[in-house]
Amino acid sequence: MISRYQRRKLINRANLTMAVLTTAFGVFWLLWILWTTLHYGASAVNWALFTQDTPPPGSGGGGLRNAFVGSLILLGLAVTIGAPVGILAGTWLAEFAARRKLGAIVRFLNDILLSAPSIVIGLFAYAIIVDPLGHFSAFAGGVALALILIPVIVRTTDEMLRLVPGALREAAIALGTPYWKLVTRITWRASASGILTGVLLGIARISGETAPLLFTALNNQYSSVSLNRPIANLPVVIFQFAMSPYTHWQRMAWAGAFVAVVFILLLNILARLIVRRHSGGI
Amino acid sequence: MTALPQSQHNTHVPVPDAITKPLNIKVDVQALNFFYGQFHAIKNVSIQIPEHQVTAFIGPSGCGKSTLLRTFNRMFEIYPDQRANGKIIVDGEDILSSRKDVALIRAKIGMVFQKPTPFPMSIYNNIAFGIRLYNKLSKAEMDSRVEACLRSAVLWNEVKDKLHQTGTSLSGGQQQRLCIARAVAIKPEVVLLDEPCSALDPISTAKIEEMIEELKTDYTVVIVTHNMQQAARVSDRTAFMYLGELIEFGDTETIFTKPTKTQTEDYITGRFG
Repeated sequence: MISRYQRRKLINRANLTMAVLTTAFGVFWLLWILWTTLHYGASAVNWALFTQDTPPPGSGGGGLRNAFVGSLILLGLAVTIGAPVGILAGTWLAEFAARRKLGAIVRFLNDILLSAPSIVIGLFAYAIIVDPLGHFSAFAGGVALALILIPVIVRTTDEMLRLVPGALREAAIALGTPYWKLVTRITWRASASGILTGVLLGIARISGETAPLLFTALNNQYSSVSLNRPIANLPVVIFQFAMSPYTHWQRMAWAGAFVAVVFILLLNILARLIVRRHSGGI
Repeated sequence: MTALPQSQHNTHVPVPDAITKPLNIKVDVQALNFFYGQFHAIKNVSIQIPEHQVTAFIGPSGCGKSTLLRTFNRMFEIYPDQRANGKIIVDGEDILSSRKDVALIRAKIGMVFQKPTPFPMSIYNNIAFGIRLYNKLSKAEMDSRVEACLRSAVLWNEVKDKLHQTGTSLSGGQQQRLCIARAVAIKPEVVLLDEPCSALDPISTAKIEEMIEELKTDYTVVIVTHNMQQAARVSDRTAFMYLGELIEFGDTETIFTKPTKTQTEDYITGRFG
């Protein structure tokens, strides 16, 4: 007959073992993915990757410069559209609609949008922009990515603003602060690091999206910065090159994937640094 | 403005005795009722708060003392299910029915909260924020105004070398003095203190109590406190509330030495609450 205490210890040990094993299971795949990317990608990274454009089929050399530039343009466009809309909508939800039914409905719809498959967003952008204009364009790609970015930013902005203590709001109101000034000068500032983190994580999320770009920005073999024409971008180029029969292209796809992973990693680290620097700020 | 002895309101509350000089009434609460949704939190309270005095509200938790305080600057209005009826007359004007911009009422009646609430900005801007809402000052004028406010909060020497650091970097007691400095920076006439020391250590509490003593020369001070010794130390008048009613209001000395109501006596002697 074992005592209650020993029994409790046994159960604790069993649960702890299970937790460690499941964590190891998850981390194992992550490390494998990172290792594979590093193994095939890092060796293929060279200077030409960043200075030369994608090569025509059959020829040697070349790089992914136009794809990097194109991806940055698409991300820039998505953030330019998505960040203001997302932050303002999140602010409305948290500050002006917190106790209203409409707020609850919008919050629910936003959650649906948040989990919408990205290919659906791509099709939507195709239907409203690509189809009427008659051609693929960087602009359509940016809009599609913005539509994925917006609900992420709305959600984080809303949550961060609702974390601002009520006492801080009351203190500002007690001074006779108008509500708009309370929002712009106090609550935005108190949650700035959280909102910025949300934007960064949102960028990390969309920087690897491929499906919506297939229907919108498509791809461009040549260097282009026009918003009105198809534009090269990293995810689609990786897709195209990895599926190609040329080993040279496949190596470049690995290199591109490696750069993409490093980029996302850096965004995540930056987000964590911002949170750490400002934690305890409110 | 009515002088206290002639007042005809709330005759059930004893008029403070031993009044040597006539005191002006700064805040005249008449038949005030307050509701949180269906809950009747303040029941027909009338109280007259004299100018340039420190008035303390004491009573057990949930007796309505903070709620009463929060009606004086209409703070409750930001919550849709809270409402008040009755009259709160400040300088001849009923602030509850006033059509004046509520910001102007709040500029005149400042408030400091239980927990220190420095704004997420520099120490300097914590003070300047409120001033900028009402006045456009030059850099030099603002600098001297900020310094004067911090001096009056006996905080200047501790923060003069780090005015541009964030307000949250200060200790709890310093933060609370910053909040008091911020409240008086916009030159209110009444300062409401809602348990300003309950989150502070004894030394910080002593500093705040010294400040309160000085505040009454320029302002009318109303303080809610859980700490009866504090009420006895800092206030001139004490109001005892219980279950949403004002039980007794009078000179602090009288309330603490010979209260007329047995409920008051039971509370201050620690028999309940």
